[in-house]
Amino acid sequence: MSLAEDKFLRTEELTLNLGPQHPSTHGVYRAILTLDGEYVKGMENVIGYLHRGMEKLAEARTYTQFIPYPDRLDYASGMLNELGYVQAVEKLMGVEVPERAEYIRIIMAELQRMASHMVMLGSYALDLGGYTPWMYFFRDREKILDLFEMVSGGRMTLNYMRIGGVADDLPPEFLPRLKQFMAEMPASFEEYDNIVTGNEIFIARTKGVGVFKADQALAYGVTGPNLRAAGVDYDLRKAAPYGIYDRFEFDIPVFENGDCFDRFVIRIEEMKQSLRIIEQAIAALPDGPVKAKVPRVIKPPQGEVYHQIEGSKGCLGYYVVSDGSNKPYRLHIHGPSFINVGALPEMCMDLVLQDVIATIASIDFILGEVDR
Amino acid sequence: MENLFVNISGALRGWFAGIGLPPMAVEAVMALVYLVAILAFVLLNVVYLVYLERKISAYMQQRLGPNRVGPRGLFQTLLDVLKLFGKEDIIPNAADRWVFRLAAILVMVPAIMAFAVVPFGQGMIAVDLNIGIFYFVAVSSTATIAFLMAGWGSNNKWALLGGMRTVAQMVSYELPMVLSLLGVVMLAGSLNMSDIMAAQKTVWFVVLQPVAFLIYLVASTAELNRQPFDLPEGEQELTAGPFTEYSGMRYALFFLAEYTNMIAVSAIAATLFLGGPQGPWLPSWLWFVIKVYVMILIYMWFRWTFPRIRIDHLMAFNWKFLVPLSLANVLITGIGLEIYKWYQVIRW
Repeated sequence: MSLAEDKFLRTEELTLNLGPQHPSTHGVYRAILTLDGEYVKGMENVIGYLHRGMEKLAEARTYTQFIPYPDRLDYASGMLNELGYVQAVEKLMGVEVPERAEYIRIIMAELQRMASHMVMLGSYALDLGGYTPWMYFFRDREKILDLFEMVSGGRMTLNYMRIGGVADDLPPEFLPRLKQFMAEMPASFEEYDNIVTGNEIFIARTKGVGVFKADQALAYGVTGPNLRAAGVDYDLRKAAPYGIYDRFEFDIPVFENGDCFDRFVIRIEEMKQSLRIIEQAIAALPDGPVKAKVPRVIKPPQGEVYHQIEGSKGCLGYYVVSDGSNKPYRLHIHGPSFINVGALPEMCMDLVLQDVIATIASIDFILGEVDR
Repeated sequence: MENLFVNISGALRGWFAGIGLPPMAVEAVMALVYLVAILAFVLLNVVYLVYLERKISAYMQQRLGPNRVGPRGLFQTLLDVLKLFGKEDIIPNAADRWVFRLAAILVMVPAIMAFAVVPFGQGMIAVDLNIGIFYFVAVSSTATIAFLMAGWGSNNKWALLGGMRTVAQMVSYELPMVLSLLGVVMLAGSLNMSDIMAAQKTVWFVVLQPVAFLIYLVASTAELNRQPFDLPEGEQELTAGPFTEYSGMRYALFFLAEYTNMIAVSAIAATLFLGGPQGPWLPSWLWFVIKVYVMILIYMWFRWTFPRIRIDHLMAFNWKFLVPLSLANVLITGIGLEIYKWYQVIRW
């Protein structure tokens, strides 16, 4: 019998406002929790604190001018967001991207996926109270950001992709540093395993917590690592290869429990696969131009296109409608974070407050993408 | 060197008597001197423990830590405390003003009081009570009330949740901690700190009571509300738990109390399990400081390694594992003592 059922003991439900200013809501997410003791009996998502009207802004920018904007969507994975956008426009225009640019894009996209996962894993560990693992993840992410700085001058807001290729060729010091980074990663993976996934307390706190089964995940439209942790083998890189992903050999890690632990480990496994892809891409990197010959003023033909890529958080889609002018008539962004946040209340039901924090962290959403 | 502080205290006592104070007044003034000495020792250590903690965590996390203020950042925490003095003291409108104010003071009182029975060196106990350990346990357990007052008085939901967690946690972990101390008391046959120290002349109790030592280590970490048992504060969950509404010097008092408690608990561990201020070559008070710091480093090591435990696991771990284990330890110690007695009889 729970406390609330005891008729001699008068209890009250406590309404608790989690966020938008709270250390572990990862930005300005807000949840209104109804608590019975520390058990969550109701949860309501409140979003919109970071709404910047990104889609409307696109209508007042030329196609090229909009490239830096996707960086600010999911600000932990700028490269991937840009990649999705430029590929959508290229699809609309029918531009052929040079080989070298395609390979560079793959390297950047996979590096960005790793960086994004590191942010997630680090802040996840931090939300469970592990300060040191957080530092370990961010230390390794720093190396990736350094690589990005070499090619684009920026660390998080990169503005590197271009319609028809990439902004610049790789600087000569890039590949040696990248290889050094890749050589260092196996030791780091071991460290992650020792300090987080092998930790008794971490396992006790995440195994069987915030379980989301495959049918529930599919019903909510959850994608990305969260879906694969629930046991659905769906990754756009394999299911509907874009760019040149069909040339690479890699596995899609799939777990089955769909709990917080799986959502953590699957990202580490994905990072290992990303390393494999980068390794192959470096080996096959051809010479040549990094930018296709595209008109100075981009004017796609009238029409519409939907293009989606496997972002770090799930299926990231861009819907572009062109009226033949130099600005998009309408641009819609399908952000995976937005979809994943929607599933949160159901996942958190009947958990204790501490587990809610773990579950929020395990979903890995970025408010820039939720609110757009 | 060995009797440095004892001699200073003796000289002071002689001087006070020399200027014509009656014996009662001399005792009273000496008590004040002890208090000032303890406060100076504790606060100085606390300020540098914060610095040490930040440096150690930095080295564990491959950072540099504070390094701007003074040589190697040595003045960082000193200036942080000064800064907190100058901060605006905010009391929320909705708070229960007196409870809120009082809590910040009350949290510091038992932390300092516990030092009365700590043997800082050979013959360096402020008050050598014959119920030393009992006094320590009794005083330190009253800190719970201050946390509850802070949580309740803030009139903030996060603070209330934190306060409730503190009470649940500290009251529960009190039990295995006391029971683990009982093993030592049984061996020494006394609650007096000097007697316990004397009983460890040949062999430290950590050797005879390894299980009790481990239980004490775990339970005292929980008592200190430090990781992995820092649920009451649980920054990522409860922002700052009972301290959420506190600012300025009142907040600093909670912060200082945490570190003061850490020194106290480490000092008790050093006295009861690590032989107290005994050791070769070096003066006894130096040995004591070394042992205390070894214990403190262990607590810090815990903090920067483990994630936070969940509240129901915390309770289950305590009631289903630690308490039975400590009871078993007491039982086995008792049986061992009996066997030892018979052995002595047979040998004679």
